[in-house]
Amino acid sequence: MRWFLLIILLVPCLAGAEEARPLTDNPLAEARLKHLAVELRCLVCQNQTLADSHAPLAEDLRREVREMIAKDMSDKDIIEFLVTRYGDFILYRPPLKATTTLLWVGPFVLLIAGVAALVLALRRRQKKLVDVSLSEEERNRVARLLSEGANRL
Amino acid sequence: MNRFLLPLAAFLVVVGFLAVGLTLNPRELPSPLVGKPAPAFSLPQLHDQAKVFSPNEMAGKVWLLNFWASWCGGCKEEHPVLLHLAKSGEVPIYGVDYKDTRDEALTWLRQHGNPYPLTAVDEAGRVGINYGVYGVPETYVIDKAGVIRYKQIGPLREDTLKTKILPLVRELQNQ
Repeated sequence: MRWFLLIILLVPCLAGAEEARPLTDNPLAEARLKHLAVELRCLVCQNQTLADSHAPLAEDLRREVREMIAKDMSDKDIIEFLVTRYGDFILYRPPLKATTTLLWVGPFVLLIAGVAALVLALRRRQKKLVDVSLSEEERNRVARLLSEGANRL
Repeated sequence: MNRFLLPLAAFLVVVGFLAVGLTLNPRELPSPLVGKPAPAFSLPQLHDQAKVFSPNEMAGKVWLLNFWASWCGGCKEEHPVLLHLAKSGEVPIYGVDYKDTRDEALTWLRQHGNPYPLTAVDEAGRVGINYGVYGVPETYVIDKAGVIRYKQIGPLREDTLKTKILPLVRELQNQ
């Protein structure tokens, strides 16, 4: 009975399943659109790429990009078209500029600072270690104690 | 005591960054179009489909360009502010009906009042893209030379109008 219900529940899924329609008739243009759209941010749902988003603006921007591809514009020109309108925020990889230096260099600065701190701490600790030399008598005592311990086991 | 100073300083720096981050609104993206000429367009008018509106008709005037739509909730929120501003006659507000249907837009204006001397229709949203619109309502302050001087993202509030937009408009009008 439970299986029967499950199958009944799954039937509408099968009916609704339909192959995704290609965005353009030209597979080459579609490949270019996909390649560009994963590098671009949807401005409405900001953590989605233009390729993933279903927001109306993302659809419009995909249409716009598709038209520019049809006009045979270069990737650089297409990206520039979008950046002049929406700013660098539309790019998932922000360009290296004065305002983005911290963003690009920051992680490396932190890494170097971390390594430097580690090296300093280790050196400081090494200095605290003092070699203590044992006398002949002490050495014998150590050997005796160790052998006693071994016998007890 | 000294060994705690460095971690404490690092912690305070992180707190500082996070505190600044909390005050920023990720929805408000600075527009690269501020300081640039307003993109040209020629769109049919809402009330008279046979006529077109183009921003160069406004040359020599300081004006506001407001993108709105009947389906947009924020537009309803800012509408009283626009009506009040239109009534004061300080600065003309021209509307762009963004990705909307004519009938619904006309009904909306009848219901809520019309602050615009003229509304243009951007049905496909192409002019919106040229202006970098990513969510209505958005309002642009355009100067006498047709340069965008300010962009308001989201509903216009009485206090932003008083503290930012109106002083800017007056300054631009006196130029």
